[in-house]
Amino acid sequence: MKAFYGVLGLIALVGGGAIWWASGSGSGPQFIEQPVPLDTEAFPGYVMGSDSATVEIVEYADFQCPACGHFAVLTGPDVKQRLVQTGLVRWRFRDFPLDIHDKALAAHHAAACAGEQGRFWEMHDQLFFNQGTWSRSNRPQRLFRDYATAAGAERDQFEDCMDEQRYLARIQATRNEVATLGIASTPTFDIGQLRVSSSLSYDSLKVLVDLAVEKAVQ
Amino acid sequence: MNHRMVIAALALIGFFVALYLWLWKLGVLGEMACGAGGCETVQLSEYAELLGQPVALYGVIGYLSIFAVSLVGLQPRWLSSKAPSVALLVLSAMGVAFTAYLTYLEAAVIQAWCRWCIVSAVIITAIALTALAGLRRGAYSS
Repeated sequence: MKAFYGVLGLIALVGGGAIWWASGSGSGPQFIEQPVPLDTEAFPGYVMGSDSATVEIVEYADFQCPACGHFAVLTGPDVKQRLVQTGLVRWRFRDFPLDIHDKALAAHHAAACAGEQGRFWEMHDQLFFNQGTWSRSNRPQRLFRDYATAAGAERDQFEDCMDEQRYLARIQATRNEVATLGIASTPTFDIGQLRVSSSLSYDSLKVLVDLAVEKAVQ
Repeated sequence: MNHRMVIAALALIGFFVALYLWLWKLGVLGEMACGAGGCETVQLSEYAELLGQPVALYGVIGYLSIFAVSLVGLQPRWLSSKAPSVALLVLSAMGVAFTAYLTYLEAAVIQAWCRWCIVSAVIITAIALTALAGLRRGAYSS
């Protein structure tokens, strides 16, 4: 019996240790040693909110990443209404399509083509809210066209942009640049000088925004 | 080692797998260790919740129940009793049925595979087979 309880103890030790280790890896905020360089040649991202906002949040996201979709659908509306529209936060979205997602690059390109017509954020919502549909489709291009139209983009111009792959190089350059910042997973958020690599609830995000505001006014 | 010991050990492993998935769902853990990301697709799908609770929570409760029954069945008072073995078979059969339904959803509806869910499916199946073997053998003490 002693050996049996020893085996159970070993399993508990390994299992508990693995979960304890996982709880400390990636979810907690980390201070960024160097400010995020935005004065680079790469595209600095899509911006929503006031230039005079106290805090800027940079989101590195992949349109096909389920956790990014989770954040956009569940937390995004609150962020927009309670943080961005109130002038507290300026939101910057940067493309980080991951290689493991086969349709991510095309989705980012579709967002860029809608963005060309001033409809990036509308397309952003279309892509995240319909992620489960287009990510499993064999013909996502048709769906992207429908989403762009629903987002208010002019259809022919959007199709021309997609056909020419007008923004492909820009998206790839952004992705390469983001990778050099030490970011490896999505979504990742830079909230002032804090970096968090996981989807966040509104309450968790607000705590970090308050910390960033405190630091900004010091 | 008798079958109740084997089941206790497997249930404890299954408990930690389910606990990991549940804590991730609650947002306590960071990025899920899952290779190509199928776990997130499954865990964030509408089927990852049942009656308002994460499916993984039912796994935590189920494995804990099996673990508790197997430990009770190892106590001198219950060692020669058939009841714990019957209870283990019933509990694990329910687990297998639930797992079969979830595996069907992964394959046919969500069209993504969560590796941790597959690990859990293997564990609960092994528990059910061990419980069945123990009951058929009819020897309840080691």
